Amino acid sequence: MTCWETIGAYAFRSLGYGERLLPRSDFTLCQQFTLIGSGMIWNVYYGVLALAFGFVFAISLALAKNARPAVLRKPAEWFVFVFRGSPLFIQFFLAYFLFQALKQVSPVFDPLTSAALGALIVLFLNTAAYSGEIFLGALRSVPAGDIDAADAYGMTGWTRFRRVLFPTMLRLGWPAYTNEAIFLFHATTLVFFSGFPAWQQKGDALYYARYFADKTFNPFIPYPIVAFYFVLLTLAVIGLFGWINARLNRHLPQEQRRRIRVRPQLIR
Amino acid sequence: MKKLTIPAAALATALAGAAMAQDVVRLGTEGAYPPWNFINDAGEVDGFERELGDELCKRAELTCTWVTNDWDSIIPNLVSGNYDAIMAGMSVTDERDAVIDFTQAYTPADPSKYISLSEDMDVETAVVAAQTNTIQAAFVADQGWTLVEFPTPEETIQAVRDGEADVVLADGSYLDAAAAENDDLYLLERIEKIGGGVAVGLRESDGDLRAALDAAIQSMKDDGTLNAMIEKWEVATLW
Amino acid sequence: MFSYCTDPSTLDGLAWLSCYLTTGKQFLFYTSFGTVLVLLFITAPVALAFGFGGAIAARSRIAPLRWIGKTYIAMVRGVPDIVYFMFFVIALDQGLEWLRHKWKCPDWDAPIRQGSDFLVCAEAKLPLSSSPQIWHEIYNFSLAVFTFGIVFGAFSANVLYGAMRAVPHAQIETAEAYGMSPRQSFWRVLVPQMWMYALPGLSNLWMILIKATPLLFLLGVEDIVYWARELGGTANPRFTAYPHGDWRLWYFLALLVFYLLFTRLSEVVLARITRRLSHGQAVLGGAQRETAA
Repeated sequence: MTCWETIGAYAFRSLGYGERLLPRSDFTLCQQFTLIGSGMIWNVYYGVLALAFGFVFAISLALAKNARPAVLRKPAEWFVFVFRGSPLFIQFFLAYFLFQALKQVSPVFDPLTSAALGALIVLFLNTAAYSGEIFLGALRSVPAGDIDAADAYGMTGWTRFRRVLFPTMLRLGWPAYTNEAIFLFHATTLVFFSGFPAWQQKGDALYYARYFADKTFNPFIPYPIVAFYFVLLTLAVIGLFGWINARLNRHLPQEQRRRIRVRPQLIR
Repeated sequence: MKKLTIPAAALATALAGAAMAQDVVRLGTEGAYPPWNFINDAGEVDGFERELGDELCKRAELTCTWVTNDWDSIIPNLVSGNYDAIMAGMSVTDERDAVIDFTQAYTPADPSKYISLSEDMDVETAVVAAQTNTIQAAFVADQGWTLVEFPTPEETIQAVRDGEADVVLADGSYLDAAAAENDDLYLLERIEKIGGGVAVGLRESDGDLRAALDAAIQSMKDDGTLNAMIEKWEVATLW
Repeated sequence: MFSYCTDPSTLDGLAWLSCYLTTGKQFLFYTSFGTVLVLLFITAPVALAFGFGGAIAARSRIAPLRWIGKTYIAMVRGVPDIVYFMFFVIALDQGLEWLRHKWKCPDWDAPIRQGSDFLVCAEAKLPLSSSPQIWHEIYNFSLAVFTFGIVFGAFSANVLYGAMRAVPHAQIETAEAYGMSPRQSFWRVLVPQMWMYALPGLSNLWMILIKATPLLFLLGVEDIVYWARELGGTANPRFTAYPHGDWRLWYFLALLVFYLLFTRLSEVVLARITRRLSHGQAVLGGAQRETAA
């Protein structure tokens, strides 16, 4: 098989298209690059969707934790504590058990045990807890003057939040949120590692890397390939989030704009 | 298979002296595959392979110790020298034989069986659960059936209970033990003859150890002790 | 353990449980908690040392050294830590044995790689295959510490690098005005003040380290996750005196509680240390410290 044919056969293998059987012998670099790259589709899928849904939930959590009534504050505090205080690995494992139990209750819950939905929910809750904490910190450091000014204009409630608090909070929290996004993508490699099974050999980048490491008994090729793909992915995330950051800060004078310093602050 | 060049072999013997008997041979196993190998209540490796391995070492006049290792990395750790032999219910396959060496088999090929919650199940249309990186997983993938993989054999059976999968394909002896214990699980009549017998896995460069263990296995086959042990642990058919 | 445990099948309720929880196998589970804690407490200073080296290298005036330092810091940003764990240990093990092989057996002329075998002379084996099992375990444990140390050292290098830059430049200038050499001003002015700025980041790192420990089984350490899986799995009465169903859920819940308690305790202790350290320091509380994290 030439490399082009390999790419044609395996580029979408992780989604179940193309050649059904994984390579069994005479492994080539091209096969490893293609299949592991194909697995990256899932890493991107989990990362993008968990971030998108998690963003909304994180802001709600930040507001709830900042609220005065204990009915709102306490559940949010516990939620954040549980998800930030325990390893994601254990969370995946327990979630899989929970979803299995729910499945016995009603067939409505059937899709939950599939990695595509179940693992996404865990990642979504997990990133929401971490970014909720980031946005809470940002919310608490919104300058008091901004709020006074909003009051002076007669803004209240929703209008004040939408026009003053939210944009400033986003701007202040963005650099830390960028880090969270990077490490969420890293965390997606854990999906097929604890609990969730792989169906029809459809897995993520690390799943295929392990497949090759097991078949070739040589870990020194497939894992660096995963590393290579993740470096590319990280650069893409930094680029995108940096662009958003520039837009969030475009009203500020040049020298006051905060550049994102990528710092590995958050991981699970 | 003999890749050791003559001077190197001579040197190895010179360095090790005649000290092979005093050298400790480290046996690697998984410790999670009863009745072949498992960790007993006292926290020690136990099972058919423990008993067999100890007897083989006695006959070959070797001092042996047991080490447990994850199934996933059991071969890479052998070739990089963390232990000297694998006894973990490992069937001889071409893929494995290309990378490591095997002694003669100590149990005949154990046919693989299916276990399920219902007695009439068409495995070809069912969801088949198998442990990752086993001959069974490769077999199901080859047939083009629906395969779902789990890291441990325990999880495959649990998956059938939970309705995640319809049947488990695994070594007959393992499923026999599971079915005997659980009234809700049935062995299907269909069996698959996949894989060769189970043998000790060794590095390709370890010719001496292989010869020693081979001789020990042969002597146990000859005097019937191996059959007695197989019968005791119900791991396979007799020789 | 207890005298009444000789025939567990006759027991039930608490008596059975007390026997079950005190079998030799269970004790392996309990000791694995100790293993994880010991590993954490050894890894933390190792990672800090690597981090300190990395931060100094990244600040170096010598360009190649600076590149090495910066690459090291960038390493953990781009690639998930789990990927390193998958092959670092085997790489380290083979690397060390190769070095020893070169040193101990210079006359060896057979190739080290024979097909997929990695073959060094018997003297170069680490540890020697004749050494008792305990040495093998210690060796594995050290490799795990080293691997964790390298990966988390990169995180801490990043924190320390940021903290060194956060110390006001005027402090260094003042030190130089007093006639201190760069080396003196680094050790006497920069380093003592840096810790204050580094502390929030390092606290965070400690939490990260705790939460990375379930991956220890990848490094060949039989940790709490390994034993929770092993003990929680269905126990068949043919092979144990204490048969039970699938109890992995309970074992994993126990792990969850352990981690929650441990992270909570760490949080409290670290907050106290931060408060004590900031005593008498010219730092305006949170706002300024955050910039260094």
